Amino acid sequence: MSRRRRDGGVPAPLLVPALLAVAFLVLPLAGLVVRAPWSQIGPQLASPGVGQALRLSLVSATLATAVSLLLGVPLAWVLARSTLRGRSVLRALVTVPLVLPPVVGGVALFLVLGRQGIVGRWLFEATGFSLPFTTAAVVVAETFVAMPFLVISVEGALRAADARFEDAAATLGADRWTTFRRVTLPLVAPGVAAGAVLCWARALGEFGATITFAGNFPGTTQTMPLAVYLALQRDPEAAIVLSLVLLAVSLATLLLLRGRWLGRTVSA
Amino acid sequence: MSNRSLRLTVAAAAVLALGACTGPPAADAPAGAATGTATDTASTADEGLSGTLTVFAAASLTDVFTTLGEQFEQQHPQVDVQFSFAGSSALAAQLTQGAPADLFAAADETQMARVQEAGLVEDPKGFAANRLMLAVPPANPAGLRPPEGQPGLPSLAEVLTSDVTLAVCAEEVPCGAAAAEVLAAAGQPATPDTYEEDVRAVLTKVELGEVDAGLVYVSDVAAAGDGVVAFAFREGEQAVNRYEAAVLTAAPNPAAARAFSELVRSDAGQAALGAAGFPPA
Amino acid sequence: MSLEAHVVVRRGALEVDVQLSVADGEVLAVLGPNGAGKSTILRVLAGLLPPDGGRVVVDGDRVWDDDTAHLPPHRRPIGMVFQDHLLFPHLSVTENVAFGPRSRGVPRAAARAAATAWLDRVGLAGLGDRRPGQLSGGQAQRAALARALVGEPRVLLLDEPLSALDARTRLTVRAELHRHLTDYAGSAVLVTHDPVDAMALATRVVVVEDGRVVQAGTPAEVARRPRTDYVARLVGLVLLAGTGAGTTVALDGGGAVAVAEEARGPVFVAVRPESVALYLERPAGSPRNVWPLTLVSATPHGSVVRCDLAGEVALTADVTAASFAELGLAPGAQVWASVKASEVAVYPR
Repeated sequence: MSRRRRDGGVPAPLLVPALLAVAFLVLPLAGLVVRAPWSQIGPQLASPGVGQALRLSLVSATLATAVSLLLGVPLAWVLARSTLRGRSVLRALVTVPLVLPPVVGGVALFLVLGRQGIVGRWLFEATGFSLPFTTAAVVVAETFVAMPFLVISVEGALRAADARFEDAAATLGADRWTTFRRVTLPLVAPGVAAGAVLCWARALGEFGATITFAGNFPGTTQTMPLAVYLALQRDPEAAIVLSLVLLAVSLATLLLLRGRWLGRTVSA
Repeated sequence: MSNRSLRLTVAAAAVLALGACTGPPAADAPAGAATGTATDTASTADEGLSGTLTVFAAASLTDVFTTLGEQFEQQHPQVDVQFSFAGSSALAAQLTQGAPADLFAAADETQMARVQEAGLVEDPKGFAANRLMLAVPPANPAGLRPPEGQPGLPSLAEVLTSDVTLAVCAEEVPCGAAAAEVLAAAGQPATPDTYEEDVRAVLTKVELGEVDAGLVYVSDVAAAGDGVVAFAFREGEQAVNRYEAAVLTAAPNPAAARAFSELVRSDAGQAALGAAGFPPA
Repeated sequence: MSLEAHVVVRRGALEVDVQLSVADGEVLAVLGPNGAGKSTILRVLAGLLPPDGGRVVVDGDRVWDDDTAHLPPHRRPIGMVFQDHLLFPHLSVTENVAFGPRSRGVPRAAARAAATAWLDRVGLAGLGDRRPGQLSGGQAQRAALARALVGEPRVLLLDEPLSALDARTRLTVRAELHRHLTDYAGSAVLVTHDPVDAMALATRVVVVEDGRVVQAGTPAEVARRPRTDYVARLVGLVLLAGTGAGTTVALDGGGAVAVAEEARGPVFVAVRPESVALYLERPAGSPRNVWPLTLVSATPHGSVVRCDLAGEVALTADVTAASFAELGLAPGAQVWASVKASEVAVYPR
């Protein structure tokens, strides 16, 4: 009994690989902390570029998450609940950005939303507005890459939720929209929250599609990952400091939201 | 052989075509010489070289080094040449982090100096130069062109207007440092809209028509062919990048690295570089 | 008047084709085994499942379903109680009960007042602020009943409302449900597989097997004169089919049974297991129904042992544990079974 308690009841063939996995995932982060030039952190953080990049990252990731929620939750509902034909094809299509290299995503966005793009050309001719190299383009690129995380997560939650609650609501006189708003959405709220956090974290770390589609300009389109990448070429220590900031922000957000949302599960 | 000569001819034609809109070319590359001398200079080689030769080279060298690499492999059938093309500063960062390579070819002296200070190379040798041109999409949406009837090269300020969408390299990479220099020298006629990670990314955005103009190397203009139209400008003559190559002290295959470095600096190599649009060093 | 339905649904191997009619104030129990299509019928009446054919008409002229029309569930004046209450876990009990009126446009305060009043009526006064998870199973099902009834629905649908409850709770909730069904003025349809629910709550019963109505009548009729093995087993009878010739019925499976009433033509014979007596020797005296049979299996059943018998006539006998022990019976044993003719029910097929 005492032995069981000491090793947590984990058999060795599982324990050893699990410990290796922990080491593999945690050591690089630990390395970042160990090698950080702590004495320079103050001045580095005080430099206007860092604050600017951090602010832009937080704002654009939050906006991307908002857009993803607005569009992704209804999409997840369609995938999970509707009886449309070709739903599985649709699901495969909309989750392609999950596996697509983000740079390819950036190029694809150019071809559609760029100034010469299929849609972007029309927009540019009509309004003179061109999306690339604007903060909006950062949000678009991040949304493209991050929304599938939200869709998958919410669709899973919807599938797990008991659809008979929706039947019950219908027998109580609620139309489908009221049912969605007052029953379905609250039931899958933990799943939506988890999806939003995943989506936000993915958007915050987005690099490839952003630098391709939105470019790199301090204050407008240079997010933290871009700043880290370019700093690494000039001043590796600055890159470490920037990475630490990004790590701290991600960690703080995950811990905060975990306590508030993710620990809760649906009890039917 | 026939493939290569076709390629060089096309490149040479592109340079000539450029001449039409750049005004008087700064220097005429001896393009025609390339095919004739390529195999003759093989006499310096074949000292029983073998193994893999890893070359880290600036992104702007992509086309010409690929051609030279094929040539090198023909001369030394036992050698397999592997290239890693990227922004020089990214390559320098990789080398200082211990990336294994035999030869480093940087687009400017600053990045070579970084690697040299780290004690990774000795005795870098210059082999080419490059200068910036203003590239615009063929459709030229912003209608940029130098004033007519003016002797000599125009200033960048006379070509650029402040409202254009402009892409340049990030200042961390050589072409970005050069871009900052020419823009400053021209009195900041326009503000860049994006700082790209390397010169090829700038070129791509010009080719896609997503920006009105981009500051790229004359060699990239040659590589882009009909994809872009380019103008030379006065300030470009002052901000010339010197390309340097050096064998790494820890090179696994130093002999092959030296041989390739010599090929690049040989008449054949210089001819190929010239054909690819690199002005002589 | 009130509810008239002809429900036709095809789902894979199961084809449901059932006619129902429920008058105002009447409670119709739909009794049947699992998979017979009971819940399908209820889902059609609720509008949750558009039928493949037939029609659902309320009050003689309000068409809910026919070949051309389908009224969606939220526009039907119905209340529905589900097996596992399905109270919304994120809403308080009061909010759950007020949900229907709110959806149908009743102002917030009025909806809450109606909900509170109904919680009072089902004996849940003071529990309105709790979450469904904080209620016991019986309380939750009473809250679900309040939620279904608060809108004064035209039709009340109950889908196995008691089967998720433990035996003790089921008794009290059944009594509660009975009280509210008695007061209820509309048409109620109760789906159940438990004959006790049907007997206790319904004014009429239809038995559905394999998507068809196999028997209809008052609970007492159905209990006394089952027409299928399933119903007979449910109400604890052994059902034998045969042909009557006076006071003797020749069974279809062979053998004959003596009955007290005259019977002619195709009939059912129903025997209560507790009326079957077992002996080791052929009993003396003159019981007319005596058969030598083999004990196939014996299972304890409350205070009695249920003995399944095979032979000339397939019977089931309930004997007390004490007599079972006295007889020293074991599967395979040869016994004599007897039933008094007066204990045998006979009715036309």
